[in-house]
Amino acid sequence: MNKHIQPDLDTSPKVSDEIRKTTCYMCACRCGINVHMQDGKVKYIEGNRDHPINRGVLCAKGSAGIMQHYSPARLKAPMKRVGPRGSGEFEEISWDEAFQIASDWMTPLREKHPEKLAFFTGRDQSQSLTSYWAQQFGTPNYAAHGGFCSVNMAAAGIYTMGGAFWEFGQPDWERAKMFMIFGVAEDHDSNPIKLGLSRLKERGAKIVGVNPVRSGYNAIADEWVGITPGTDGLFILSLIRELLAAGKVDLEYLIRYTNAPYLVNCDPESDDHGLFLYDNNGKPQVLDRTTGEPLPFDQQGVKPELATDYTHKGTLYRPAFQLMAEKYLVEDYAPENVSERTGVKPETIRRLAAELARTAFEEEIVINQPWTDFRGEKHDKMIGRPVAFHAMRGISAHSNGFQTCRALHLLQILLGSVEVPGGFRFKPPYPKPVTGHPRPHAKPVANSPLNGPHLGFPQGPEDLAIKANGTPARIDKAFTWENPMSAHGMMHMVISNAHAGDPYKIDTLFMYMANMSWNSSMNSRGVMDMLTDKTEDGEYVIPRIIYSDSYSSEMVAFADLILPDTTYLERHDCISLLDRPISEAEAMCDSIRWPVVEPDRDVRGFQSALIQLGAKMKLPGFVNEDGSAKYQDYADYIVNHERRPGVGPLAGWRGEDETGSGRGAPNPKQIDRYIENGGFYMDHIPEEALFYKPWNKAYQDWAVERGIFDAPSPYTFNIYVEQMQKFRLAAEGKGELQPPDHLRDQLKMAMDPLPTWWQPFEEALVDAEEYPIHALTQRPAAMYHSWGSQNAWLRQIHGHNPLYVSGEIWEQNGFAEGDWAYLKSHHGEIRVPVVRMDALNPKTVWTWNAIGKRKGAWALDEHAPETKKGFLLNHLIHELLPPKGDGLRWSNSDPVTGQAAWYDLRVNIRKAPAPDNLQSEPAVAPQNSPVGQGPKNIRYGEDF
Amino acid sequence: MTTLPQSTHKKLGLAIDLDICVGCHACVINCKEWNTSNYGAPLSDQDAYGAEPVGTFLNRIHTFEVKAADKPAQTVHFPKSCLHCDDAPCVTVCPTGASYKRVDDGIVLVNESDCIGCGLCAWACPYGARELDAAEGVMKKCTLCVDRIYNENLPEIDREPACVRTCPANARHFGDYADPDSNVSRMAAERGAVPLFPEQGTNPVNRYLPPRPKADIQTDGDIDILAPFLDTSGASNSASGPSSTTAKGLLGWLDKALEAI
Repeated sequence: MNKHIQPDLDTSPKVSDEIRKTTCYMCACRCGINVHMQDGKVKYIEGNRDHPINRGVLCAKGSAGIMQHYSPARLKAPMKRVGPRGSGEFEEISWDEAFQIASDWMTPLREKHPEKLAFFTGRDQSQSLTSYWAQQFGTPNYAAHGGFCSVNMAAAGIYTMGGAFWEFGQPDWERAKMFMIFGVAEDHDSNPIKLGLSRLKERGAKIVGVNPVRSGYNAIADEWVGITPGTDGLFILSLIRELLAAGKVDLEYLIRYTNAPYLVNCDPESDDHGLFLYDNNGKPQVLDRTTGEPLPFDQQGVKPELATDYTHKGTLYRPAFQLMAEKYLVEDYAPENVSERTGVKPETIRRLAAELARTAFEEEIVINQPWTDFRGEKHDKMIGRPVAFHAMRGISAHSNGFQTCRALHLLQILLGSVEVPGGFRFKPPYPKPVTGHPRPHAKPVANSPLNGPHLGFPQGPEDLAIKANGTPARIDKAFTWENPMSAHGMMHMVISNAHAGDPYKIDTLFMYMANMSWNSSMNSRGVMDMLTDKTEDGEYVIPRIIYSDSYSSEMVAFADLILPDTTYLERHDCISLLDRPISEAEAMCDSIRWPVVEPDRDVRGFQSALIQLGAKMKLPGFVNEDGSAKYQDYADYIVNHERRPGVGPLAGWRGEDETGSGRGAPNPKQIDRYIENGGFYMDHIPEEALFYKPWNKAYQDWAVERGIFDAPSPYTFNIYVEQMQKFRLAAEGKGELQPPDHLRDQLKMAMDPLPTWWQPFEEALVDAEEYPIHALTQRPAAMYHSWGSQNAWLRQIHGHNPLYVSGEIWEQNGFAEGDWAYLKSHHGEIRVPVVRMDALNPKTVWTWNAIGKRKGAWALDEHAPETKKGFLLNHLIHELLPPKGDGLRWSNSDPVTGQAAWYDLRVNIRKAPAPDNLQSEPAVAPQNSPVGQGPKNIRYGEDF
Repeated sequence: MTTLPQSTHKKLGLAIDLDICVGCHACVINCKEWNTSNYGAPLSDQDAYGAEPVGTFLNRIHTFEVKAADKPAQTVHFPKSCLHCDDAPCVTVCPTGASYKRVDDGIVLVNESDCIGCGLCAWACPYGARELDAAEGVMKKCTLCVDRIYNENLPEIDREPACVRTCPANARHFGDYADPDSNVSRMAAERGAVPLFPEQGTNPVNRYLPPRPKADIQTDGDIDILAPFLDTSGASNSASGPSSTTAKGLLGWLDKALEAI
């Protein structure tokens, strides 16, 4: 027997030489991180306790940052293609040569046809700069990835209430007593959500998860509603019906803060049918109960009717609330009648409506904080309705997603739970009225900047991006009658349309950080063919492709010119209020990245490269009057660029005395101040302004002081979206701007000014008996899109992705462990491994997104599990709907916003023999790796 | 064979809350990145970019489904690392004395310079909490971040295991189970925490806080506070027949309700 021996231990070893605080980019959360440096290398990364987003915690991705920073897949230098497209054969070149090539391609376009450049960026966190660059170039063809991600969520939120979830606002984690979370990917905003869920649990609040799949957050929810995909809108409208039927809606809130009392023209013959009644000052009118007269909605002391007939100059008007009540209090939305479609029992719908009502109205919160509203009325307290909601892509990536998201916001509003204690709270610069956003601009003029920002929020048909000849102005056909409110563009249609020359041909496709030949496209195999397709002359159909990425992704192989980006620890960035902000409900915040490590390769931050390329091409905004470069690099731009006088990318430490918050002259020491403060800036909102922000005078004044607005911008929430009705009017034949006839019926249905539900398009077009199953993807908490597979640690968690099959489907097909299946859609068939899962909607199969890889990409071995068993569901999804027999190309998108309808996919399944080599199908031929392959074994940390 | 101390002054360990663990793997990876530097040999990865990547981890998460009759299936995420047992079979089985349990705080450690990588301890551990590092040839296991919890080079607030500091869901807690008033002892008592595999006789220090009962196993219809209100709408509907609810009924009620504001 060995005696108990206890060696002496040094329990206080050195931790690191230095901590450098910057912002994570292992996903889109943008948490604060402490990067521990030793001997000039990254030793350890942990969460920054002071940071508003993550308050010290850090997820698996963030903690695996070392492996991303030292990834063998990092690109090393600019490259030009020497083999055929798709092969991955490149030659390294200098930055001078790369810029010369790019400029030689693009400058002539600008001189004649700026629209022949299509510049689309992916998961870009610098859209404020990239859109500005595209605007200065003059092409109308710019957008980021919102169109194939979650534009339904963003646009529905902004049109309805001036902001949506995530970057726009957050649940009141500290006060909510009931929380419903719909369709949320586990990799987005994940640390704040996890922190919040934990707080809810500590306080005993009830969490309800609505998701076909019970993983992640749904696994710990107190109640799981395993809804059938594409039916969330129907479920929500049924909840709304129950609440209306019981009179459990917050009438006072609706009267004060929404357009529920606005008088709506109810004469179908009128040219203004469905529009509001306005006075001579352009103020919407409500019918005052005291005087029986129409009065401006914002008049002090007005007591509006919510249901009445009012005839004005011979025209019948009714309040929007009444139209809403009449729409939802019908049998179609009765729980019994939505139950079969949604997969939710009628008694569950009724009980959840009851629980929402009880929590909102019987557990009311009162905060004794006086405040003054925009009408000038003083209130001595703040009333809270402690029911909060959150939702993301699961409900929005459907062809009925916009209206579904609208329905959810309507539910929040009817319960009086937006911008009140315990409910949903906006984060500066939101709330912001939809009319406070730009409108779209799409008129290119040779050698000139575009006439305004590309993306925006149409207020009516006059804002569509349609040329005089009636054809789309943009290559992605955003802002057309097919999808009028495509506020984020439609990146998923760019390659398909460019290949088809529909609506026109382009010359150069310039993309950043978007794996469009693989997991970021529908129909990946088809996209690869489009990118490599040649004309009769032997030229590529899409003549030139420039791509920027940090890593050897699948898309790299398809580019003609590669601009290699840095890792996130080697770069400057700003997480700007002008872009996708990181504020909190109680503070305005922004942050930076800075090079905590210098690159050891010939790479440049894409934003710096873009600025330098802009200067070389003499783009306005990037050169001084003498033609010299205006900004050296992105850091220079971040500090010195002013979007409006005194308002620039970063809000903190502005002005000569460094005390400016939001406003102030550029301060050359600004980035130093951020670094000293841990990489971020935070300016707290005063107590009086913490709630009711859209209507709270103190908040509005605070926001003006900080440059969020130039004048107070209070507004009411839109339970009824008048802008949508304007498109419907056009579809009814009213007005000068008219849609093509084949789109009239779709517009009449889709542009309903009140939330509605329709059967997802693919489902309606395919034979439901032939394709009875829904197929989805989800993103795991430990992976961010395609990035994680090059990460030696994360790929050990998600190295391949089986198809998870519901117990019901498993039994029906007689599957057994280790089986493979053919999964078939109207567009294609794949052969993949299956695994049983019972915590899943019975009509659904699903898999993790973007785990499958092409051989040769990401510096992985050709036999890596990601390339063998791993697969993409994308092969089954087409960017176009099944042909309707009219010869037209109908995009597989939401008809309001053009959001890619990823989750509308319908499939059938049958048992397959296991492939001999256990290779999932389709197998795509390998690409050459321009960076070689990663090392066999690693022992990170042995140097320390 | 190696002896265990008669008793330890403290019983440091973790309380892991299965009610809130979402299975995000934050603890797994942060543990890996802290412990691949610092105490002992690095945690290596074999075939790191190849066909069968496999590395050393001190903490892993297992995910499984629980399906009871007539109830919706549940997904459970179960993080697992060394439980620092009082009667640690991994220590008593060690032929060289490399495995030991500290008298002061009860942490079970491996003295890597004495470890011959024979693997007996991994065989003896009923929890599968020990992993042989393929590059170094020594046994690796959770140290409860012994190089953090007393580390004077760290701010006091950070002197806790890396997994606890990083957990975004606050599902991991660190403390002294020998002290009945400690955070972990109280939590364990309040939540009815259970030792893992007590029948193994290992007397594990770490405790798992069980998931709270889920509301969706309640019978629907328990709460129907809407029903009483449905009568007030003045329409033909009743508490038992909300599907006959009409807009007309609501609008009748509305008039009275607006007067009340």
